[in-house]
Amino acid sequence: MLAHAIFFYIFSFIAIVSAIMVTVSKNTVHSVFFLILDFISISCLFIMIGAEFLGMIMLIVYVGAVAVLFLFVVMMLNVAQQKNQWFSARESSKHIPIGLIISVIIFFELIIVIGGWKYKPDLMPAVSLTMDKEISNTHALGNILYTDYIHIFQLSGMVLLVAMIGAIVLTFRQRSGVKRQSYFSQISRERSDAVEIINVESNKGVKFDD
Amino acid sequence: MEYINIIFSETYKILFLLVPVLVSVAMIVWLDRRIWAFVQKRQGPNVVGPFGLLQSLADALKYMFKEVIIPSSSNKVIFILAPIVTMTLALISWAVIPFSATQVLADINVGILYLFAVSSLGVYGIIMGGWASNSKYPFLGAIRSAAQMVSYEVSIGVIIINVLLCVGSLNLNDIVMAQEKLWFVIPLFPMFVIFFISALAETNRPPFDLPEAEAELVAGYQTEYSGMMYAMFWLGEYANILLMCAMGAILFLGGWLSPIEIYPFTLIPSAIWLIFKILFLFVLFALVKAIVPRYRYDQLMKLGWKIFLPLSLTWVILTSSYLFYFNLLPTN
Repeated sequence: MLAHAIFFYIFSFIAIVSAIMVTVSKNTVHSVFFLILDFISISCLFIMIGAEFLGMIMLIVYVGAVAVLFLFVVMMLNVAQQKNQWFSARESSKHIPIGLIISVIIFFELIIVIGGWKYKPDLMPAVSLTMDKEISNTHALGNILYTDYIHIFQLSGMVLLVAMIGAIVLTFRQRSGVKRQSYFSQISRERSDAVEIINVESNKGVKFDD
Repeated sequence: MEYINIIFSETYKILFLLVPVLVSVAMIVWLDRRIWAFVQKRQGPNVVGPFGLLQSLADALKYMFKEVIIPSSSNKVIFILAPIVTMTLALISWAVIPFSATQVLADINVGILYLFAVSSLGVYGIIMGGWASNSKYPFLGAIRSAAQMVSYEVSIGVIIINVLLCVGSLNLNDIVMAQEKLWFVIPLFPMFVIFFISALAETNRPPFDLPEAEAELVAGYQTEYSGMMYAMFWLGEYANILLMCAMGAILFLGGWLSPIEIYPFTLIPSAIWLIFKILFLFVLFALVKAIVPRYRYDQLMKLGWKIFLPLSLTWVILTSSYLFYFNLLPTN
């Protein structure tokens, strides 16, 4: 148990410190790297409480895909420079009240959630679900997700689909004059419509219009 | 005292796994260059040691004694971290590879997800190296590889779902045992082909080596690296290739199972079978490098998103419908 506790404190310490560093560090790319470190340590914590499926999915989805795209955007757009300009300008102080209000709201929400959990443990019956020790975490999750919560599961899938189509529609623009490769027309080209043998008369040459 | 014992025995096991992996990475580099040379009617490295077997050792020594140059305008911490990340990620995934029913360092429930997660993290070494170099060619290479690896991971994930539908477990040993009667390469042959091509793209091998296309980007994200740091990138890359071969062998070629359970074949230990299969896949990798010209970038993206993804998704529907209709779904 001692080793367990040590690892728990190491991972949670890294998670908290890197979460702070995400907001503190001046360089945006560094922020994203700290965010990745945060995700990794959180997934380690997931694995430590026995939710290995969630931990791995967290790694695959957030670290392997989402954070890569974050990094991609941050590196391409050169946000670091803009952020520095924004910080040095007086403008940034205008947003402090809004930020304060939002953080106070989130703080109280957290207090409500944690307080409810602490003082009314029977508030959520889902917490008291008995876990079957025989089957693995992944099986247990699948058994619940695809039976009791199938409608919510499919609904969230639909939401994602709508978001995806929306993103494509918003960014898609038909450009004219773009040369595209068409495998079909490449393969269906015959010798007869590509090559022509012409007998060139001497001193006359050939006139072509292509 | 108890903890110290555990630490010692685990370290012993880890060394017993990692030292052979590193040595075989060095050998595999030699094999790669030899095959490449033979296809082009050259000799390849044949001077150092018998058949040039010690060439990689000589190269490693050379890298070790070279100066490590860190560009003054680079982001130093991330610049040094990048090859370390690549190397570490390439090596930690070997922890879950089963060499027989019992010979596995960590027999975890979600082995295949772990492999997939670690291989999807591999892109960070490249992005970090490319960005921290603070130079144009490495950055372009890093951006290219980020897009490429994320795209092909998607189809690898869907292919893994195909296999998992037939197995009903995420444990790598269960996946191997499920192929006792029939290797998945036979019923899922199209998926094996797509997996192989996606693995080429995932490890930045030719014909998908656009992140380090010599003609366009000097050496891509490795341009600013020298000495031991370059060698670490190199080792990590080849360890990743071996890992992808191991993944292919486990998912499709029956892992450590012998092809037929009759007398002379049963004498050979199962670890040897796995090594044979990894080597077979690696020779295919090396041959592809020698005989296929490089893809254009838009062709690469088209292949990943418009051909492989729909094809493998359709195959998931086909597999699950087949298993459901004939009541073959695994029930454990």
